[in-house]
Amino acid sequence: MCLRFPELAAVLLAMTGVAGCEREQRRFSEPSGDALTITTPLTDIEAGGQAQPAVAKSPYDENAFAISEGQRLFEWFNCSGCHAHGGGALGPALMDDVWIYGSEPDQIYSTIVQGRPNGMPAFGARIPRQQVWQLVAFVRSLSGGLRKDVEPGRTDSMQMRPAPSQTQDNP
Amino acid sequence: MNHQVLAPAGPLSSEIAQLFWVFVAVAAVVYLLVIGFLVAALRRRNEASMRTALRTVSVAVAITSVILLGLGLSDFFAGRALAATPHDPLRVRVTAHQWWWEIEYSDAQPARRVRTANELRIPTQRPIELELTADDVIHSFWVPSLQGKKDLLPGYTTRLDLIASRAGVYEGQCAEFCGFQHAHMSIDVIALEPQAFTAWYDAQLSAAAEPQNPVAAHGRDVFLGSTCVMCHNIQGTDASAVAGPDLTHIASRRRLAAGTVPNNPANLAAWIRDPQALKPGTHMPATQLAGDDLAALAAYLSELR
Amino acid sequence: MSPLEQTWADKPGILGWLSTVDHKRIGLRFVVTTLVFFALAGLLAAVMRLQLARADNHLVGPDLYNQLFSVHGTAMMFLFAVPVMEAVALYLIPLMVGTRNVAFPRLNAYGYWLFLFGGVMLFVVFALNIGPEAGWFNYVPLSGPEFSAGKRSDFWAQLITFTEISALIGAIQIITTAFKMRAPGMTLARMPLFVWAMVVTSFMIVFAMPSVMLASTFLITDRLVSTQFYNPAEGGDVLLWQHLFWFFGHPEVYIIFVPALGMISEILPTFARRRVVGYVAMVVALVTIAFLSFGLWVHHMFTTGLPPLGMSFFTAASIMIALPTGLQIFCWIATLATGKRVQFAAPLLFVIGFFFIFIIGGLTGVMLGATTLDSQLHDSYFVVAHLHYVLIGGAVFPLFGGFYYWFPKLTGRMLSERAGRWNFWLFFVGFNVAFFPMHILGLQGMPRRVYTYSAASGWENLNLLSTLGAFTIAVSMLVFLVNVVMSLRRAGRAPHNPWNAATLEWATSSPPPAYNFATIPVVNSRTPLWEQKFPMAEVTGLPDILPTVLVTRLHDAEPDHVAILPTPSLWPFLAAIATTVMFVGSVFTPWAVVWGAVPVGITLIGWFWPDKEEAARMLSIEVKPSEGEARVVALREALS
Repeated sequence: MCLRFPELAAVLLAMTGVAGCEREQRRFSEPSGDALTITTPLTDIEAGGQAQPAVAKSPYDENAFAISEGQRLFEWFNCSGCHAHGGGALGPALMDDVWIYGSEPDQIYSTIVQGRPNGMPAFGARIPRQQVWQLVAFVRSLSGGLRKDVEPGRTDSMQMRPAPSQTQDNP
Repeated sequence: MNHQVLAPAGPLSSEIAQLFWVFVAVAAVVYLLVIGFLVAALRRRNEASMRTALRTVSVAVAITSVILLGLGLSDFFAGRALAATPHDPLRVRVTAHQWWWEIEYSDAQPARRVRTANELRIPTQRPIELELTADDVIHSFWVPSLQGKKDLLPGYTTRLDLIASRAGVYEGQCAEFCGFQHAHMSIDVIALEPQAFTAWYDAQLSAAAEPQNPVAAHGRDVFLGSTCVMCHNIQGTDASAVAGPDLTHIASRRRLAAGTVPNNPANLAAWIRDPQALKPGTHMPATQLAGDDLAALAAYLSELR
Repeated sequence: MSPLEQTWADKPGILGWLSTVDHKRIGLRFVVTTLVFFALAGLLAAVMRLQLARADNHLVGPDLYNQLFSVHGTAMMFLFAVPVMEAVALYLIPLMVGTRNVAFPRLNAYGYWLFLFGGVMLFVVFALNIGPEAGWFNYVPLSGPEFSAGKRSDFWAQLITFTEISALIGAIQIITTAFKMRAPGMTLARMPLFVWAMVVTSFMIVFAMPSVMLASTFLITDRLVSTQFYNPAEGGDVLLWQHLFWFFGHPEVYIIFVPALGMISEILPTFARRRVVGYVAMVVALVTIAFLSFGLWVHHMFTTGLPPLGMSFFTAASIMIALPTGLQIFCWIATLATGKRVQFAAPLLFVIGFFFIFIIGGLTGVMLGATTLDSQLHDSYFVVAHLHYVLIGGAVFPLFGGFYYWFPKLTGRMLSERAGRWNFWLFFVGFNVAFFPMHILGLQGMPRRVYTYSAASGWENLNLLSTLGAFTIAVSMLVFLVNVVMSLRRAGRAPHNPWNAATLEWATSSPPPAYNFATIPVVNSRTPLWEQKFPMAEVTGLPDILPTVLVTRLHDAEPDHVAILPTPSLWPFLAAIATTVMFVGSVFTPWAVVWGAVPVGITLIGWFWPDKEEAARMLSIEVKPSEGEARVVALREALS
C-alpha cells in the first residue's frame, strides 16, 4: 500500500506527490507467475488477418528503485560485456534510438528472455521474471526516454556514459 | 553470549576491556562525588562561605584536569599497544558487500588462496591482519569479543588486527548502517587450534564434492541450469560468477545469509525458495523452482562441505 | 490606546497573524511548532521501540524502519533541538536586554515561516513514502545517486537547506540584538548568562552551518547534475562527506547544549536565591566550549582508519571539553551551597534532573572520546544511550525547566506544580529505564540502526525494558500537554515576577505588552530586579509614532542612536512561500533555482518597498545636527 496516511494524501494534490508514490515504492518480491510473464511475437504480421498482439506494460517504468536495481544487474550480469554500458561494442548500442527488435517494454523483455540472432543469449532460464523487468526498465532509461525524476543519476564508478537522468530523450 | 565487549577472548579486546573498566571506575567515583556535593548543597540549611565554595571549585577543577589528563594518557598508550605491527600475521582480505562478507585468504601462491563468505576461520594465538574494503557502501567489521571495529570504505583499504587466545565461535555484525539488511549482516569468526585450522584450510582448497546420489546429481543439474549461476560459483563446476557468495563449501558454514538463519537443509531450502521472506531487500531473488527440483538442489548444496 | 500601543499593535485577524513581526508572537508560535515536531518525532520513536521490543518482530519492515529512524533523528535534531532553543531566545532576549524587538523583525518572521514550511515538507514526504532513509547524517555512498534511488535523499538535503537558513537568520538576530540593543548600563559584564549562552551559540551556528550546507549541496549536485564530489572512482572521496558533515555535526550538539546551560544559569540562581558564583568563569567556560567544539569532529570518524597520531589530537580535545563543562557544574553547585535555603519547585526539579542525567552522558562521552574504547563502542547502542543522555539530560530537561519557569511570563498563567512533579518524575524514571539498558546492549554487541535482531542474540529482555521506559516518557509528555491545556484555561493571572527572579524580563507584565516595556529601563547591576530600587531609571525621548528602539554601544551599552524598525508586513510570509517553491522544485530540476529566483526576487522587492506614510513619519522625527546640538545644550541647562 503506497500511502500510509490516505487522509493526508487526499489533502495534497501535488502531481509530484501522487507521482512520487509509485516512484518510491520498493517492492522486493513480486508475485510470480502470469502477471509478469508474456510472449511477444517478433512481428505483427499474422496470417489470415490482423490479430491483436498481447502487449504487456512495463511494471517499472515509473519506479526509481526498480530501475536502479536494473542498473546494478546490468553490470552484475555482464551486459556491458557486449553492450559496453550502453554505448555498444560487440552488441548494439542501447543508448541510441535504433532498436533492431523494438523498444516497447514487452519487446525488450522478449529480446532478453528469448535471445536474438547474432549473439544475444537467451536469459529466460537464467534471470527471474522480476529482474528481467527491472533490466527492461533500465535499458529504456538509457536512452533518456523515461521521466527524469525516475531515471537514475550517475553511478559511483568510473563514468562511462552520462547519467540517464541527464540524457535527453532518444526514443 | 559470544559477542560481548566485556568478555574478551583475545589480547587486543582484553586491553580494551581493561581500559574500559578503568574509565568506568573513575567515572563512577566522579559521578558519586559530584552528585554527593549537589545533594549536600541542596539540603544545606546554612549558607556556605564564599571562600570555601571558591576553594572547593578550584580544587575540583584541578582534580578534573588531572583525571582527564590521566584518562587521555591511558588511552593514548593503550592505543599505541594495539597499533603495534604484528609479527608474521595471517593476511586475509575482506570485502564488504550489501549484505554479505567476501573473504579471501592471501597467499603468495594464487592456487592456495581460499575464497569464502560470511565465515572467517582463524588459527588461535596467531595475529590475523585483515585488509578491509567495500564494494558498494560503507560497512564496519565488528567482532566485539576479539577487537574493536574498523570501517570498510569504497575507495580505501583499512587494516584491522585480530588475535584469538582460545578456540571458539565469535559472532560479529556490520556496524555501519548499509541499507535494508544491515541488521542481517553478521560475521562468524571461528578460531581453531592451529592443526584444525590447517586441516580446514586444505579442505577449503579442494574443489566441490561430487554428488553422492542421484538426487544430489539432479540438484547439481538444477543449479547449473537455472538462475543460480548468474551470481554464484562452485569450484569444479562451470558456475563461476562472482557477484554473490562462493558456494563451494557452503555446507561447512555455521549460518546462512550472513547470519540470518542457522545452516541446515530445511533453512537452506527455505532460503533458496524465497530469500525475501527471510531477508527482505536482499539482492538474491526468489527462485522459480518446483518442489522436487528445490529439494534436489538443497540436497546437493547440503553435501558441499 | 496610547500612541505606543498603537504603533506596536498588529493588524487584526488572520492578516495580522500572518504579517506580525512581534518577536513574542513569532517566538511563541515557533516554540509551539518545534514542540509539534518533537511530538511527531517521538511518535516515530514509539513505533521503533515497539518493533524492537521483541526479537524477529514483523511490525515494521526494513524499508519503513529505515525511514522511521532517519526521520526521527532528522526531525529531533533539525526541527526540534536547535530551533526550540532559538525560539525561546528570540522570545526572551529582547526582554532580557531591555529592548522592544529583535534587530531585524521582518527577517525574523521570514525565518520562522521558512522553518515551518521545511518541517512540514519533511513530514509530508515521509507520509508519501519519500522520507529520508539513510540516517540523520545520511552517509554517502549509501545516500548517493547509485544506492539511494528516488528522491528521498534529495528531500533530506533540502530540509538541511531550509533549517540551516532559518538557524542562520536566528543567529544573526540574536547576535545583533544582544550586542547592539541592550538597555543603557547593561555592559557585557552585566548581561544575563542566558544571553551570553545564546550569543556564543549563535556564533557557533554562523561558523558551523555553512559546512553542512556545503556537504548537502555537494550531495544534491552529485545526485542531480552528476558532479563527482563523493565518487572515489573519479577523484572524489566518501570521507569528504564525513568531514564536512561532522565539522558541522559536532558543534551542532553544542549548539543544542549551550543554550540549555544558559537556561540553567537563569533558573538555578533564582531558586538558590543568590546570583551565580563565578560569572566571569562561566562566560569564559561558555566561550571555551564553543571554540573547543570545533576541534572534536573527527571523534565521529575514529573507526575509519585515519592516522592514529592525528586522531589522538581529537581524543585530547574531546576529553578537554569536559573541563569547561565541569567548571559550569561546579559553579552551579557552589551557587546552591552559598545561597539561602533552596526553594524547590518544578523548574528546579528539572534542573536537578539535568545534573543526574547529563553527567552520566558526559562521562560516557569521555569514554567515547578515547580512540581505543571508541573502537568497540562506536555505532553501537552504547552511543544511542550516550547521545540521549546528553541531549535529553543536557538539553531537554533544562528546556522543560525553562518551560515551567517562563510559562507564566509567556502566557500569564502558572503551570500546575503538582502536575509538574508528575511530569518530572515520570520523565526522569521513564528516561532512565528507556536508555540506561542501551549502554549494556551496546556492550553486548548490539549495533545501531538495526530493524530487528535474533532471539539467539540475548538482547530481547533489555530491549523490552527499554520500550517500557519509552512509553513512560510518552505518558509524561501527555501529562505535560494536559498541564499546559488546563493551566491555560485556569482563571487567575500570574504576577509579573512569580519566582522573584532577577532579570529584566520579569520587570514587565505577564505576558508582556507588544512593546515589551512602557519605558526602556536603565540598568546598573547584573541582577537588576534584586538590587535596583523601583521605579528604575528610564530612557525618555524615544519617538512613539514609529517602532523605534535605542541602539547602544557594544561594550558599555552607552546610547548610540535611535533605530527605526520595520512595521508588520505580509511580504516575509510570501517570500518564504516563494523560497519554498524554489527549494522543492530544485529537488527535481536545477532550472528551479533559476526560475524560482524570480518570485523570490519579487517578494524581496515588495518586502523592502518603502511606505509613503512611514517615510513621512520618519521625516517628521528627523532632527538636523544643529537643531540636535541646540536641544542637547538646552537639556543640559535644564538638568543642571
